[in-house]
Amino acid sequence: MTFAIVVFPGSNCDHDAYHAVKHVLGANARFVWHKETNLQGVDCVILPGGFAHGDYLRTGAIARFSPVMADVVKFAEAGGPVIGICNGFQVLLESGLLPGAMLRNRSLKFQCEHVLVKVEQTDTPFTRACRPGQILNLPIAHGEGNYYAEPEAVAQLERNRQVIFRYVTPAGEAVDAGNPNGSVANIAGLCSDRRNVVGLMPHPERACESALGSADGLVLFESVLGAVKEGAVHAR
Amino acid sequence: MRARVFVTLKPSVFDPQGTTVAEALHTLGYDSVSDVRQGKYFELEIAAATADEAKRIAGEVSGKLLANPVIESYRIEIADQKA
Repeated sequence: MTFAIVVFPGSNCDHDAYHAVKHVLGANARFVWHKETNLQGVDCVILPGGFAHGDYLRTGAIARFSPVMADVVKFAEAGGPVIGICNGFQVLLESGLLPGAMLRNRSLKFQCEHVLVKVEQTDTPFTRACRPGQILNLPIAHGEGNYYAEPEAVAQLERNRQVIFRYVTPAGEAVDAGNPNGSVANIAGLCSDRRNVVGLMPHPERACESALGSADGLVLFESVLGAVKEGAVHAR
Repeated sequence: MRARVFVTLKPSVFDPQGTTVAEALHTLGYDSVSDVRQGKYFELEIAAATADEAKRIAGEVSGKLLANPVIESYRIEIADQKA
């Protein structure tokens, strides 16, 4: 299995993602510069965290027009698994692969801390190895992770079970006390209506080894490895 | 032709930066300032024959790139350079 890790100018979690899938998970990984337009032979695309194009204008707004994104959209539309982490999630929102937008954190601070995230749905390529309701300890590091969508859009996400990660308290409750950034409905991560595109603000790739404080993030990459190996998900 | 584009958060969207600026103004004693909404301002130089044409182009780029329609709205003014 081969992961493609897209590198935008300003990406800074690309090497973390590479390390996680190559050295910890044991899969193949290759960097794909944002000007490349060939995702051939790739089984999963990772849009990593960072500050693509300096976050100019809006987070993800310029990255959306990077040449590689046309192929990422094609790969996603063909059913291939795509995960956007932090800034990668913001790119997915701007590109329209996932609905909604990000606002400045309600604290106005860059929030850099470990948070608890509950797995709400396990029928996506990136959560299929999770237990329903499993709580993951993952780090966040963002200034604009305050997820927003119009109330009708949020209701539709809930109806379609597209909210797959929610910020929770240690008791597992998705209440304000467990919400680090003000996201509507404590939303930390979403999937597309076809479930193959996933975006989340927390950084699973930075939490794949206990030496880093948590290994809870590895299950996302194990999930997609299993999904690809079993032929449960692929771009056709 | 010069177009001015004002991008602001929709009224339904909470603006934490604007709220913080308003609080700072209250700290300075400007209690008469009841609310602040922060936005973005762009000036575009557009090669267009008419103001309508310039406005059409400015509208297109605003919808495609300058504003995110999920959270923002925009307003366009065309300034005639001869004026």
